[in-house]
Amino acid sequence: MSNTESDHADASADQANRKRTFGDYGGQYVPEALMPALQELEDAYERYVLENEDGFMDEFSERMRDFGGRPTPLQHADRLSERYDRDIYLKREDLVHGGAHKLNNALGQVLLAKYMGKERIIAETGAGQHGTATAMAAAHLDMPCEIYMGRTDVNRQRPNVYRMRMNGAAVNPVEAGSGTLKEAINETLRDWATTVENTHYVIGSVVGPHPFPRLVRDFQSVIGAEAREQIQEQAGRLPDSVVACAGGGSNTMGAFHEFVPDESVDLYAVEAGGSSLKIDEEEGVAPNSATLSTGTDGVLHGALTKLLQTDDGQIVESHSVSAGLDYAGVGPELSRLVETGRVTPTSVDDEAALNGFHRLSNLEGIIPALESSHALGYLEENHEELGDLVVVNVSGRGDKDLETVLEETEKRDLEAAPDVEVFDA
Amino acid sequence: MSRETRAERAPRSERTGNEVARKLRADGGEQLATADGDIETAIRENHPALITYITAGDPSLEDTKAYVEALDRGGADLIELGLPFSEPTAEGPTIQAAINRALDAGTTPAQFFDLVDELETEAPLLVMTYYNMILQYGPSEASRASKAGAAKPQNKPDVRPFVERAADAGLSGIIVPDLPAEEADPLRDACDDHDIDLVFIVAPTTEGERLDRIMSRVSGFAYVQARLGTTGARADVSNATHDSLARLAGYDVPKAVGFGVSEGDHAAEIVAAGADGVIVGSALVDIIADHGAGDAPAAAELEAKARELKQGARRGREEAPEPEQP
Repeated sequence: MSNTESDHADASADQANRKRTFGDYGGQYVPEALMPALQELEDAYERYVLENEDGFMDEFSERMRDFGGRPTPLQHADRLSERYDRDIYLKREDLVHGGAHKLNNALGQVLLAKYMGKERIIAETGAGQHGTATAMAAAHLDMPCEIYMGRTDVNRQRPNVYRMRMNGAAVNPVEAGSGTLKEAINETLRDWATTVENTHYVIGSVVGPHPFPRLVRDFQSVIGAEAREQIQEQAGRLPDSVVACAGGGSNTMGAFHEFVPDESVDLYAVEAGGSSLKIDEEEGVAPNSATLSTGTDGVLHGALTKLLQTDDGQIVESHSVSAGLDYAGVGPELSRLVETGRVTPTSVDDEAALNGFHRLSNLEGIIPALESSHALGYLEENHEELGDLVVVNVSGRGDKDLETVLEETEKRDLEAAPDVEVFDA
Repeated sequence: MSRETRAERAPRSERTGNEVARKLRADGGEQLATADGDIETAIRENHPALITYITAGDPSLEDTKAYVEALDRGGADLIELGLPFSEPTAEGPTIQAAINRALDAGTTPAQFFDLVDELETEAPLLVMTYYNMILQYGPSEASRASKAGAAKPQNKPDVRPFVERAADAGLSGIIVPDLPAEEADPLRDACDDHDIDLVFIVAPTTEGERLDRIMSRVSGFAYVQARLGTTGARADVSNATHDSLARLAGYDVPKAVGFGVSEGDHAAEIVAAGADGVIVGSALVDIIADHGAGDAPAAAELEAKARELKQGARRGREEAPEPEQP
């Protein structure tokens, strides 16, 4: 092609390509049947989210205030600050309705589906946090809702299954594979490939094909937008660092996005180090979920990103004491931010996370989610490199994790553990 | 290999009515510079074609070798071999289970290509696999692994080693169910360099500009997805099949219909509706699953099933409307 018109077409194709990716990461690696739906979603994203058509973003913000409880506080953590001899602020996403940041995205997407005229909502869930948030949002906005959840997760996250059912959502157990998040996503994609014409897939993190990573990031970026304003009001300046846990990466991107242009602010993504950072190729198992720290580039669930995989390209089973971080992939934008050096990938192991859980519960009276506890574990181990003013994102509350924590703590004989023998008699 | 464009290709006497009636793309866009490869030739010479799919390594690679030979004997004109990937999001339960059996048996890409090296079939062979398997093939782990905590550039995965090995092994085509046209340029270029066809799937939801985009990149045949959803044997032929074939009638590429085709009567109906071929996977995989392990116990039944399907397709041609004369 050499004439001006095709040059022009090439240039606009280039532009379209750049929008679909973050550097080389991202893209749209999905079955053909889903492509028109992704285009439709991209169009809706641009109109309603980016351009606030029909006052969409205004309605979203109002509902997040009245139904969701936003804004959430940025709290000075007095005793942690004393312990680490620097100012530690906690962004309290555990106070969002439902107990986690997940509602920011779920409500945004269900509302968007409504604006798009979709009639049915489907979603995957791992630990059940995204499933419960989606079920709440769907009930709130009067949309029929079905949640796919791995069999193992259904069995180990009963309270969340009950919550979804209470809100009127159907919960479809997925029997395949290890019965966790990866299989739940596979099955939700299969449902969507069949029902794409009237159904919206509310993906739960900044993963998946374009435009999901951008869409979810934008709904979650309220976390960092609030925190950035609050810290300047309360501490008089931008923080030296922001610390957030990273599984798929929705609370991470939500906390980081508004700070990315602030070059003085260091961004730390804390992954689940599990019990070891090494992949067992033979068994196809990674005893961790530290994708940004140890993964290699590949394609999973619609995007080119960092993955836990074998040399042949088979995706391995990830592991973490925290079900919400237990995923072999990660959002493509985080892969890009790590590649450019803007975000520092780190990890702490299960034990550090459990200790972080107990520490915050004990010192600050806040029971954090096991996911968020990874960020607190990192704070304990590396506070000296985080500067004098630190924001830690408490992405959710830990009521859902109490049983796991007590069990895992006992196994490890951790000192930080409270004595619960009161129940034993 | 000659590099005539589709526009320059002379009409062939054996073409069916649909093929003769095909017109060039109205927008006159750039045509892909690929001449008829093994695949188009196989479809045109054996019209209407039977295309079969089984998963390599289900339940073992030795069995797969025998099963491919049985399908070849039974009249399959093209044979797709699935290279198993752990996350087969486009597959229904039947092929998911087959892929799990193959992975449980330890099937690797290296063994897959060794199998293809050994096969000597009359029908050209295609590989059907997911994009990550293509990206990861080749470079050693040492060059790809990034150290924990480091944010330094690593060697990016590349499609070329896979395509080179596929060409060496004598594969004629590649089908990637999670690679839409928008992401396909690297693989399309590599396939062109090695004279391998890259087949794209056309879904019931594909139309307008996207259809043009796909049809300007496809070679070998257009894989017409008969219905929304995943792969799997069905009891009937979807109405979407007829609509899709009508939308594709103006494009000069053979069309083969898959997703749900399980019986000779389906094949007949689909060919009568204007398809150049039918693609059958789950119905064959079911036969393999029913026979379990042993000394290729499903071979005879697979051969018979291929024969039934091929006869169905031929019957469909007789029922097809008379070709219009140009």
